[in-house]
Amino acid sequence: MADPAVDVVLVGFGWTGAILAEALTAAGLNVLAFERGGWRTAPNDFAIPFDQDELRYMWRHHLFQNVAHSTLTFRNSPDQQALPMRRLGSFLPGAGVGGGGVHWNGQVWRFLPSDFKARSHNLERYGADVVNAYDMTVQDYPVSYEELEPYYDKFDYLCGVSGKAGNLGGQIQPGGNPFEGPRSRDYPNPPLNMPYGPSLFAKAAAGLGYHPFPHPAANMSRPYTNPLGVQLGQCTYCGFCEKFGCGNDSKSSPQTTILPVLMARPNFTLRTWCEVMKVELTRDHKHATGVSYVDENGVLGFQPASIVILSAFMLENVRQLLLAGIGTPYDPRTGTGTIGRNYSYQIVSSVNVFYDDKVTNPFIGAGALGMIIDDFNGDNFDHTGLGFIGGGYLGALNTGARPIETHPVPDKSPKWGAEFKRAIAENYVKTVPIVTHGAVMSHRNNYLDLDPTWRDTFGRPLMRMTFDFTDNEHKMSDYLTDKAAEIGRAMGGREVRSNKRSGHYDIAPYQTTHTTGGAIMGADPATSAINRYLQSWDVPNLFVAGANAFPQNAGYNPMGTVAALSYHCAEAIVNQYVKAPGPLVQA
Amino acid sequence: MIKRGVSRRVAVLMGAAFSALASLTPGRALAETIRRRLPWAADRSDRPLRRDERPGYIFFSPAEAAFVEAAAARMIPSDSTGPGAAEAEVPRFIDRQLAGPYGEGDRFYLQPPFPKGTATQGWQMGPPASVYRMSIAAIDRWSGATYGKPFAALDPASQDAALKTLEDGKADLGEGADSKAFFALLLQNVIEGYFADPIYGGNRDMSAWGMIGFPGARYDLTQWVSRYGEQYTLPPVGLTGRDAWKPRS
Repeated sequence: MADPAVDVVLVGFGWTGAILAEALTAAGLNVLAFERGGWRTAPNDFAIPFDQDELRYMWRHHLFQNVAHSTLTFRNSPDQQALPMRRLGSFLPGAGVGGGGVHWNGQVWRFLPSDFKARSHNLERYGADVVNAYDMTVQDYPVSYEELEPYYDKFDYLCGVSGKAGNLGGQIQPGGNPFEGPRSRDYPNPPLNMPYGPSLFAKAAAGLGYHPFPHPAANMSRPYTNPLGVQLGQCTYCGFCEKFGCGNDSKSSPQTTILPVLMARPNFTLRTWCEVMKVELTRDHKHATGVSYVDENGVLGFQPASIVILSAFMLENVRQLLLAGIGTPYDPRTGTGTIGRNYSYQIVSSVNVFYDDKVTNPFIGAGALGMIIDDFNGDNFDHTGLGFIGGGYLGALNTGARPIETHPVPDKSPKWGAEFKRAIAENYVKTVPIVTHGAVMSHRNNYLDLDPTWRDTFGRPLMRMTFDFTDNEHKMSDYLTDKAAEIGRAMGGREVRSNKRSGHYDIAPYQTTHTTGGAIMGADPATSAINRYLQSWDVPNLFVAGANAFPQNAGYNPMGTVAALSYHCAEAIVNQYVKAPGPLVQA
Repeated sequence: MIKRGVSRRVAVLMGAAFSALASLTPGRALAETIRRRLPWAADRSDRPLRRDERPGYIFFSPAEAAFVEAAAARMIPSDSTGPGAAEAEVPRFIDRQLAGPYGEGDRFYLQPPFPKGTATQGWQMGPPASVYRMSIAAIDRWSGATYGKPFAALDPASQDAALKTLEDGKADLGEGADSKAFFALLLQNVIEGYFADPIYGGNRDMSAWGMIGFPGARYDLTQWVSRYGEQYTLPPVGLTGRDAWKPRS
């Protein structure tokens, strides 16, 4: 028994699913989205003041994916035995309507123009030895910054991003990021008000000759009505964005920017608490017929569709490709195969500045509230002789300093006992955190495949993640951390503490949810899973939208680029694919 | 109800998976097909359970409670700086956590077996409640063998030395117990209880927030963003307000 056929079925309903559903239904297509979690709205699911609960949301994972039913296995290298990630830690994918878009910080970035040409740009400037060092498998994107600019712009205005342009049509603007690619227009909203800590950072950074600017924030600096007519309220700086839903409709999310319009459309259907089991294919594996799914009563159904789009968290997108047997799994021994290839991540570190005489109140926060420098991101600086490529931004961010997670103490302080308690009490309101947010390049031995042993509740194989940082990342991250410490010392505090990221990648401590790759976009089907429109090379009526598309990571939060690629994909489906179904790029 | 050749056993497993989901998510609606509407309920808000006011401990045995009270009091001692773990009622917080869904490991992947992992592979133990039960018993056995008394009966200096040995992973607790992992779990739970909202049983009267200057669940800090260098003066607020706001009889 099959359900009535639809034009498009979406697997996963977070930011990517909502963006695609809105664009495709606006063009008249009949769209159905599956979401494995439930419907969620601010008044019912994260209302004030219950949204401001550090224990429940951050530490008990109330809005995140529940790994009890499905997780992944992890190891640092192919010669180790992978074991299940038994609880979330390093990264925090969402579950439920809105996905991670409910509990994100709202940090909206565009990649640098050179990030899209990571291979050819670095080859030209530094040579093949540098680009191929450490077994790196860096590739160019099959799209350029210039091509994506209109879609970046669309997401900025959808979200009402608060910020200051640094480059308007090639003209550098004072107070913005001078390194960014040209924008067609300024941000829709002015920057948020800057608290004390970030202002101290900006002053010191400028004094050292760097170029501080306000972090672009999907937290509203003023009331905003977006192009769809959806309204957001002004942010109250309560300090509960990251890992929390916003009860005040001041943070952009699918709920606060798209759903009020999308849900009213007669050609859109959402099915909650349904887990998609598998993308179903024709016998020759060249065409997707739809998806099989299970609802919470254990009833297996089949949803036929003309187009299938994987729009879940990127790890689940890659797993769905592997479960369906689409394409060839990547093999690190030979470097061949495309599914699972170039899994990547980011490397983060921090510096704490401690004052005796300055009360900085770090709990005054918003998800993307802070001052940043981009002088050491991407190829904004000369890497000659440094022994690494890539970079990251660094800056002072006031994301809220909730005290279970954030209670910085000086370097020499013990980790428990009377001295520990005294150090927290003396320093909590007199610190400024500086974070670094570094890229991770792709490497031959960092990849995803299906685990041979461990299963989810439905009996399907778990994904196996094989990943470690290499010397490229450690050198780069140490370089960024040293720059952050240099600025920290110029801020005039009593003490500057550096928290470098050393050793093997550890799955337990929270770092960032910016996992990428595994089903990457490219110009060559031998080294990529999807083309420039996110269309599968192997199954042309299947699209795979998400950060899985990144050939390697950049030193920025990924959502802006994921959104731009999704809009780009939707436009290609509407303007090209629907008129002439088939491959949009000839291999 | 079973379609497309799914075996009865698989269907039962699937149903079990989802009913497990349902049982852990109180008050949520069943699977829905949502079309041409934006669901919203006027009378429902997902909030934590009310503060558990039952006296005494629910999960801990007397011996376990003695251990947790003693260890937490060394991790955050009582002194003039501010409340200790004891005054903040951290052991009570941990007890209630272990008696509830967290203790059962509602958000842990618990499929056996449990081989020992590398240092970077994270949690490779059972649910927190069983880890506490097994580890405390093992620590008291080890303490007895090493110091001649259970941990709670040691003097504070010996307790500190014992905790340091556990922290460094140098206490041999026998089969299945991992002293370093348990120490890290206990310290994390102690800090949680100290700084979590009082609704969960610790951070009594928001005293730990008051000590550091964290304002709690304050809705609006807009007025304070530009007041550089000024100490925030309003008292902390919890998820259920604060005592001064409650009506006086």
